[in-house]
Amino acid sequence: MLGIGVLILREVLEASLIISVVYAATRGIPARGRWVGLGVGTGVAGALLVAAFAGAIASAVSGIGQEVFNASVLLAAVVMIGWHAIWMSSHGKALVTKLKSVGSEVSVGHRPLAALLVVVAIAVLREGSEAVLFVYAQAANGSDWIDLVAGVGAGVLGGAAIGLALYLGLLRIPMRYFFTATNWLLLLVAAGMAAQSANFLVQADILPPLGARLWDTSALLSDRSLFGQTLHALIGYDARPAGIQLAFYFVTVVIIVLGMKLWGKPRSRISGAS
Amino acid sequence: MVNHSAFRWIAVVYWLLSVTATAADDPAFRLTIRDHRFEPAELVVPAGQKIKLEVENQDATPEEFESYELNREKVVPAKGTVVIFVGPLKPGRYPFFGDFNKDSAKGVLIAK
Repeated sequence: MLGIGVLILREVLEASLIISVVYAATRGIPARGRWVGLGVGTGVAGALLVAAFAGAIASAVSGIGQEVFNASVLLAAVVMIGWHAIWMSSHGKALVTKLKSVGSEVSVGHRPLAALLVVVAIAVLREGSEAVLFVYAQAANGSDWIDLVAGVGAGVLGGAAIGLALYLGLLRIPMRYFFTATNWLLLLVAAGMAAQSANFLVQADILPPLGARLWDTSALLSDRSLFGQTLHALIGYDARPAGIQLAFYFVTVVIIVLGMKLWGKPRSRISGAS
Repeated sequence: MVNHSAFRWIAVVYWLLSVTATAADDPAFRLTIRDHRFEPAELVVPAGQKIKLEVENQDATPEEFESYELNREKVVPAKGTVVIFVGPLKPGRYPFFGDFNKDSAKGVLIAK
């Protein structure tokens, strides 16, 4: 049961951390719970589908279908976060002002929520598909049902609890800095996802590694430790990164920040110019 | 005119495919998963070159090939074979494991 619980916790943890950041970043927007819930539900359905088609995906594109799928899905999430960041930088200030003065929910339309719903769905789908395959393998190997259910339950609860702890921690940030903090955190999540997608593309020999291992900080902080995994999900920490992962990481940050500066102008200023 | 641009597109696609196909030059090594164990458990590979690992799963359940040292993670479907590229590696030992059967599925890549 412990082995099952630990693996499930690891998979759930990565998704629950992203769900927490998204939930914090959408603070004050009505029905955000329903949207995030929809994202999780879609992700779970997607995870079951991906697990069911794992064989077909793996053998697709001459045996590198899995990497192509994972990299594409991660890059799609990066685009969604980038769009949301740019949207927030133009509407964010108005949001904060309204929240502080009115203290209630503000209507921002559904587009930023839809983008983040996709991000949540992708995170849940990626981690969930591995968890589903693992549970299936355990069941097929003759694992005791009670063991399996208890292990999955414990893992889900553990992963969710850590995600909740992050969310509650984020809520303590003063309102003045809150959305800036969540936006930067989302930005680093995006950069981490881009670096992860680069690693999948190196694994499939679609991209060159540009230095298979630039450094090894596993003695300082191991990938397999709980904190290491948390940092991996939140800021893209990798103890042994390839050069191209670093390139993807920084290019993502630069592109999104540039996008925010170029297109994230407050609406009033744009309408003023003619 | 239409025939000319179509020909150009075909040439571009063919060139792209041939560029990726040169990966066939990389030395290939085979790992087999049987009864939730990797065979061979120790695999010697050349250091300093990109290497193609062919992982075949002869079991009836899926396995996940994973290695922190190699920074690789891939599901190997039941009765399926997948391809994983690693390296160029510095000489040394690079442990890997099957995440779905961590107690039995263990191995090490030795780069010389």
